Amino acid sequence: MRETFPVTINGATRQIARGTTVAVAMLLAEQPCRLSVSGEPRGALCGMGICFECRAVVNGIPHRRTCQILCEQDMTVETNR
Amino acid sequence: MTRTEVLVIGAGPAGIAAATAAAENGRQVIVLDDNLNAGGQIWRGATVEKAGSSHQGNAAKRRAMTRLQQSGAQVLGGRCVFSVEASGTLQTLQETGSDSLVEQFQFDQLILATGARERFLPFPGWTLAGVFGAGGLQALVKGGYPVAGKRVIVAGTGPLLLAVAAHLAQDGAAVSSVLEQATLAQLAPFATSLWANPAKLVQGARYRGKLWKTPYRTGSWIIEAIAGSDGRKLGAVRVTNGTRTWEEPCDLLACGYHLVPNTEIAALLGCTFRGAFVQVDDAQRTSLPNVFCAGEPTGIAGLEAAMVQGEIAGLSCAGLIGTSLQKRAVVERAFARRMEKAFSLRPELRSLPRADTIVCRCEDVAFGSLHGRTSWTDAKLQTRCGMGPCQGRTCGPAVEYLLGWRPVSVRQPLFPVPLQAFCSHDERVEINQLKEKV
Repeated sequence: MRETFPVTINGATRQIARGTTVAVAMLLAEQPCRLSVSGEPRGALCGMGICFECRAVVNGIPHRRTCQILCEQDMTVETNR
Repeated sequence: MTRTEVLVIGAGPAGIAAATAAAENGRQVIVLDDNLNAGGQIWRGATVEKAGSSHQGNAAKRRAMTRLQQSGAQVLGGRCVFSVEASGTLQTLQETGSDSLVEQFQFDQLILATGARERFLPFPGWTLAGVFGAGGLQALVKGGYPVAGKRVIVAGTGPLLLAVAAHLAQDGAAVSSVLEQATLAQLAPFATSLWANPAKLVQGARYRGKLWKTPYRTGSWIIEAIAGSDGRKLGAVRVTNGTRTWEEPCDLLACGYHLVPNTEIAALLGCTFRGAFVQVDDAQRTSLPNVFCAGEPTGIAGLEAAMVQGEIAGLSCAGLIGTSLQKRAVVERAFARRMEKAFSLRPELRSLPRADTIVCRCEDVAFGSLHGRTSWTDAKLQTRCGMGPCQGRTCGPAVEYLLGWRPVSVRQPLFPVPLQAFCSHDERVEINQLKEKV
């Protein structure tokens, strides 16, 4: 069985498998990574760190490219508003 | 400050081959990559263990990685290069869950193996949840996104579409269509030419084998992504072949229009270009004597070309000449020209965006607001198109195809970085959890 640990996404804690990127955790939680300048929900597009659509607040730091960061135990992730 | 003789930017096939060749021939080598692990996009590995996964490790990748490890070259992942000087210094930003770390590197020779990214073309609905790049969805699946049982449509153009569709199908996705905008007549000469290249033909057949139930529709393209009943997530796509238009329901859309080279670092350094690509000589040397370039930035030519050019670049840094390799490089360049022709974009794609279709996703600039603008600079100044965090990497190639404007300048920092990172030099800086390694 693969290892999982808790990650808190927009206030709700869920179990995430080790090796999951933060962008994927947001997809699994059906939460947008960010709200665009006109307020549209957005998530990962390119998956390789180029497009910046998957920016979110990770452990309190805004504008993190979540497709380039792996989930860690007890991480908190919030939609970048 | 870390010093090395040869610094390679990019740990994909070209960068791995370059680093290996240079290190095996006595050079001290460091390889930097923005991604966490070496392999680049084509050799991107899964980061999540899957029970009973049927994906077989790629033999070519394993060979290349083993040789790289034995060569003594050092690979540093998760480093985003944001500033570089041809005189021999470079700065990277490393972001983890809780820290930002700035590092400085000094080099004698630089090898640019920065690869390519997907070309995105805007169409109504392309900002809906459930719409991804083709390689984009594949990368997310490798990052742990489960697609089993999901209805997926793969669309756009390029040889990547079949590779992506095969990978998704193997992970249990129900790939209902692969839509290739190029016509069969356009593709036929390219497909025929593959007979002269058994390796590429076998690879193509392997993809097709996994997709025997999936229609591969040539001359067909997406004209709109339509939201499902909740109004927020993708529910269907509207497709046309130029004469007939139909709807196909789907949960996910993987759509990309072939590749554009990552040439920002070469442009910043002042390397001479040949069209959209970095100009190199037979030794992969750019117009700057201590800067080499290999792989996609010199022409979109795929895996084999990247490995050959990378090896030539690495040998060149060690003062060696790879004559037989140079002959193979010429063959691969001919392949690249045939591929470019086969997957050239049809003009109808220019009329897909409506006035309210977002073109620049960073700044939410709609296609209609570009009306009346005369150049990339004019559009930037008046609409902020291309002025957001991706710095026009996404909308730039789209606008170039839609309106014919070439992006004009590349400036430091090459990626958005905290101001402290850009201003700091040799002193240690720790503001807002930013750290600098000296």
